[in-house]
Amino acid sequence: MLGRRGSLRFLAVPPFAWLILLFVVPLLLAILVSFRGERGPLDFGNLQLSAAQYQKILGTPSWLRLLGTSAGMALVVATSATLLAFPIAYFLAFRARQRAALFLVFLLVPAATSFLLRVMAWKLLLGSSGAINAFLLWIGLIHEPIGLLLYSQAAVMITLTYVWIPFAALPIYAALQRVDRSHLEAAADLGSGPWSRFWRVTVPLSLPGVLATFFMVFIPTVGEYVTPFLVGGTQGFMYGNLIQDFFSRAGNWPLGSALAVIMLLVTLGLVALALRLVDLRRAVA
Amino acid sequence: MTAARPGPRRSAIGVGHTPLPLGPAFAGMLVLLYLPIVLLIVFSFNANTSLSFPLKGLTLEWYGRVFGDPALLGAARNSLVVATLAASVATTLGFAVSLAVLRFRFRGRGILLALAIAPLVVPFVVLGVALFLLFNFLDVPRSLLTVAAGHSVVALPYATLILLSRVIGLDPALEDAAMDLGATYPMTLRKVLLPLVGPSLLSAWLTSFIVSFDEVALANFLAGGDPTFPVFLYGQLRFAGRLPVLIAMAVLLMTGTIILSLLAYRLRARDSAI
Repeated sequence: MLGRRGSLRFLAVPPFAWLILLFVVPLLLAILVSFRGERGPLDFGNLQLSAAQYQKILGTPSWLRLLGTSAGMALVVATSATLLAFPIAYFLAFRARQRAALFLVFLLVPAATSFLLRVMAWKLLLGSSGAINAFLLWIGLIHEPIGLLLYSQAAVMITLTYVWIPFAALPIYAALQRVDRSHLEAAADLGSGPWSRFWRVTVPLSLPGVLATFFMVFIPTVGEYVTPFLVGGTQGFMYGNLIQDFFSRAGNWPLGSALAVIMLLVTLGLVALALRLVDLRRAVA
Repeated sequence: MTAARPGPRRSAIGVGHTPLPLGPAFAGMLVLLYLPIVLLIVFSFNANTSLSFPLKGLTLEWYGRVFGDPALLGAARNSLVVATLAASVATTLGFAVSLAVLRFRFRGRGILLALAIAPLVVPFVVLGVALFLLFNFLDVPRSLLTVAAGHSVVALPYATLILLSRVIGLDPALEDAAMDLGATYPMTLRKVLLPLVGPSLLSAWLTSFIVSFDEVALANFLAGGDPTFPVFLYGQLRFAGRLPVLIAMAVLLMTGTIILSLLAYRLRARDSAI
């Protein structure tokens, strides 16, 4: 295979070097910093490693609870976005026929709209003088604006689900397109009705795409700190806000690093689980 | 399995049919997806600083003010610079990864591919912290370059996946034929492979550009005093009075990214199924 292409056999070196410098080393550095007992400049001659930060985290139940809450919120968001995106993808793959390309473009427009802009839109919708309250007042369902809509966990989850739906539909659509139509015909020939064909043929065959979508939404969501800051308020803060806080205001890098390392371990554990469940590489590519 | 009942087949492709009104559901979902965006665009023409109903009348004032706001224009320019740099690096490296993995056999092939995709599974806040520590440790001052470096890493999986799916469909025999006729491998890449991969390269570049242009969580850790547009927006959103101008600018930029992403999609659709 190498043969005459040998003149470019060092092609792999630049991407390797780039990824080691800007991906592997930084993550290792964060792990190293997380094992430092105190703040201050890093001195490789005198490292003095300790597990003090981890002991502190384990001794602070509210932080661990926040990690659990964030994982729970990400679970709700990823599940809702996947479930809501599935009918869209199904419609595009099986019903839209020759207009599928056009309908797909309709979906790409909200996907390409600025993330912050869409988060802002929900802030306007959910605010006490926002559109939802204005509408409810107008139809006479309520007489005073509801203040609880914005600055809550629900606001964060609604906003993030909304943000992710168009992206979530794309991998599911790709998976549904790969479902071999002759399998469905075979099932029909053998007397299987529409529902049973859907549950016994379409769903199992699209499962890799569905799981890929779930993790594609779950991982960025569990580490979110921007959306909670904008629409969550103190009620909707997530674990990512905690990490960000230790790097900006509190300025405790070892503790912030330890919190980040824990988050990294949790997500990598979930990815390992996902890879056991399904060949994610094939589903994404 | 219930009783064998040879149900009438509506059409050859239509066997996936379930008796549900999916068309209206799709239309309803589209309305839901567009409504908040339309609402924002409406507010960007509203003659009132406070973003609340009822509207006070139409104005182009906010759009006019965008062009008189140096901080806002500077941030938008910064985003263009960062996204251009990040997309160029990510596309070049993504192409190198695809070629290296598909055309060469070497130890660490699998590791290289896994590393190139791995940024996809690390939350941005974690990578942001890690890169922040790296630049701090190396005494590299935070700037647009550090943001671009970070974005090149998170855009690399997208560029790699797009290019990989294109190169995998190309027969190496095409390159062998060119080399049989006396071309060197670099010349073969330029004259044979590049024209074939060209649209996908552009698609990878545009996709990486959009990923970088819209990214805030990572950039927030890596930007110094000179913010990109999303970082600037994130910092200013608290000030209600600034909102209409910010939204007007965001609407203008959004129009640009939508056009780019449609272009990227068309280019990719031409090369492969999706």
